[in-house]
Amino acid sequence: MSNTSWAYLSNYFIYSAMAVFTLAFFAHAFETAWAVRTPSIATEKSEGNLLVKTFDFERTARTARIATAFMILGFLLLFSGVVARGISAHRVPWGNMYEFSITGAMAFTGAYLLALRKNDLRWLGLIVATAVLLTLGTAVTVLYRPSAPLVPALKSTWLVIHVSAAIVSGGVFLLANTIAATYLLLDRMEQRGGRNAWAKRLPTLEVLDQLCYRLVAFVFPLWTFAVIAGAIWAEHAWGRYWGWDPKETWAFITWVCYAAYLHARVTAGWRGRKAAWLCLLAGSTFLFNYVYVNIWGTGKHTYSGL
Amino acid sequence: MSNEKIEIPALGLAALLRFSWRQLTSMRTALILLLMLGIAAIPGSLIPQRGQNPMRVQELFTQSPGLAKIYDALSLFDVYASPWFSAIYILLFLSLIGCVLPRSFEHFKAARALPPATPKNLDRMEHFTTWSSQGNELEVAQGWFKKNRFRVKVDGNSLSAEKGFLRETGNLLFHLALIMVLFGVSFGALFGMKGEAIVNVGETFVNTTTSYDSISLGRLSNESSLAPFTITVNKFLAKYNALTNAPEDYTLYVTSKKSPESKESQKIIKVNSPLGFGSTNVYLQANGYSPIVTVRDKGNTIVFQGPVPFLPQDSNLTSIGAIKVPDMKPQIGFVASLLPTAARDKVKGGISAFPELLDPSLLLSVWGGDLGLDRGVPQSVYRINTSKMEQIGLQSLKPGEIYTFADGSISFDGITPWVNLQIVRDPGKGFALIGSILAIAGLLASLFGRRRRIWIRVTAQGKVEVAGLAKNAVAGLAIEIETFVNAIKSKTERMA
Repeated sequence: MSNTSWAYLSNYFIYSAMAVFTLAFFAHAFETAWAVRTPSIATEKSEGNLLVKTFDFERTARTARIATAFMILGFLLLFSGVVARGISAHRVPWGNMYEFSITGAMAFTGAYLLALRKNDLRWLGLIVATAVLLTLGTAVTVLYRPSAPLVPALKSTWLVIHVSAAIVSGGVFLLANTIAATYLLLDRMEQRGGRNAWAKRLPTLEVLDQLCYRLVAFVFPLWTFAVIAGAIWAEHAWGRYWGWDPKETWAFITWVCYAAYLHARVTAGWRGRKAAWLCLLAGSTFLFNYVYVNIWGTGKHTYSGL
Repeated sequence: MSNEKIEIPALGLAALLRFSWRQLTSMRTALILLLMLGIAAIPGSLIPQRGQNPMRVQELFTQSPGLAKIYDALSLFDVYASPWFSAIYILLFLSLIGCVLPRSFEHFKAARALPPATPKNLDRMEHFTTWSSQGNELEVAQGWFKKNRFRVKVDGNSLSAEKGFLRETGNLLFHLALIMVLFGVSFGALFGMKGEAIVNVGETFVNTTTSYDSISLGRLSNESSLAPFTITVNKFLAKYNALTNAPEDYTLYVTSKKSPESKESQKIIKVNSPLGFGSTNVYLQANGYSPIVTVRDKGNTIVFQGPVPFLPQDSNLTSIGAIKVPDMKPQIGFVASLLPTAARDKVKGGISAFPELLDPSLLLSVWGGDLGLDRGVPQSVYRINTSKMEQIGLQSLKPGEIYTFADGSISFDGITPWVNLQIVRDPGKGFALIGSILAIAGLLASLFGRRRRIWIRVTAQGKVEVAGLAKNAVAGLAIEIETFVNAIKSKTERMA
């Protein structure tokens, strides 16, 4: 098969993945809405003076399983799309922002599916599907560039090491971010007198806090490695391992914020809400680095291809 | 009385110092300093920095001098060398040292000591299990602990075992490794050097300070410490993508000599593979074209000859430059642009359509008058200050063509590529690298290490009691204790 047909195949895979993620989105939306809104499956029982609604999630269990199946299928299609893109260009598919985005979406879905094996995170599915669809949508409409060879500075084994570590870290950071955001939302609800009906199925604050910590603790060494691998590569390519290039600066800021988050978790007074805010802040610095520095920033990391 | 009066402020000062030190080394302060460091790094990524982009800084000074002066007063053009940024990281590292060193001693002592005695009431501890003794439990447990590398203290009719010192070891290693990274960075900055030189293909670069276009030596590094190598640039090949015009490959062929006495050797420098001379590396950083011209005066004597490096303006290498001929009367200057593949743009005029030399063209604007070179004000080599000059000619030349103007002539003889070599010596990078590797190792150990204790006691009533405690509430101890209990039960049953 020629390079061009591999590139076309990659595009078909990405479009199919988007279609499947849309189905996953609807399945998750249906699951969430059906369990909550339909009065016929809700039984009302009085508890003291309050009317407490309990919901029957058994009824939507099958939809939830279908949604997860769609997520897995979407992940596989996305994976094929990324691989085909790489084959079409005879290199790892991490040469411009379109390619970073499709791989990042894949890493995000992958992180979610992996975390799903140990924790029931299906309540997150709706958010994950939305985020992935938005990322892929932006990628194919705004960021798309034809498959092409790499510029000389990117021709290095370190591309594979540095970028893969950064993308995987990014996927997990964003997952931790959604969990931290959920924590803050639920925390606020509880402060104001209790969770909404739909939020009742979500885990307790403590579980969310712990889950968020585990994700960050798991991926922080990887992010440290990504930064160091980048430094080693920079020494090879640009003659200095650290030069406060905007991308480097923001990678450093992200690192510092997550380091602060990990320390905060150890310090008693910073657990819970403050830690969640820190996590959210750290994740935002990562996103800012990806979006702002790639597209509008100056410096040596301008590989967006835009 | 008088003694007391002197002592009170002295005591106050000591107490104040002790108080400040304790505040500085507290986790809360470290946390706040860490966040401050992150925030302090932000302006450097939004405002152009002298170290990375001196041209943009200069532009800002001409565009909005007021703002630039304020920025400059606040060190916002040199954020990462500014007093306030340094203050934050020095305080942070002091706080870190003050926290980590005492902890290291403590940890060292604890690691050599035996675990503390078994608690009296094991049934109040976590993971409590009990069963009736078959005999030999303590002996079997001793063996199991030894096999699993627990440190064991025999405490009467019980054993107290502990494992997982790696967690704190890793934690301390991580923080000490960060100090090492900082040391490597400072060492490199003090004893290293960094410089850049533009070299035309065909020319030879000799590593002395005068050969550089710009050079910065570390504070404790001097000119005589430059490695005595020479590099002759033989050939430069650039490959571009025919569809996207993007560069695909740069290869630089050089002849290098380690020192004037050593033998010549043929080497290749590429973007991701620098050429090394000991601790000094030579990097291929940028490239462009130098038109080769010959300028003659009215009497047909050559007043200027040679390649002149032009500065690329876009990805198709549309380049601008200046040819200054001060030895003519009046002085002559050529404001020029070089188009490797000449094309016309409705708005921009003459531009290049491809970065290779497919149809090169040199656009010249000839100026006569005073070049202003004698006034001692540094000038850009790519630009001419034409305020005291007047334009006396305008011409576009193809290679081989000659243009004759009132005061002389210029011939466009050809084009040679130039390369920008970056020469760097960083003796501290090894420390920084080792520090980084140790930091990751320490981080992994501290995040995934589990410190836990397991106790086993055989009571006078013939009961076996087992309990455990996991520090930092890390999961996994329940499973470990289950394995432990099963191992002991099965072994003692067999022995019985």
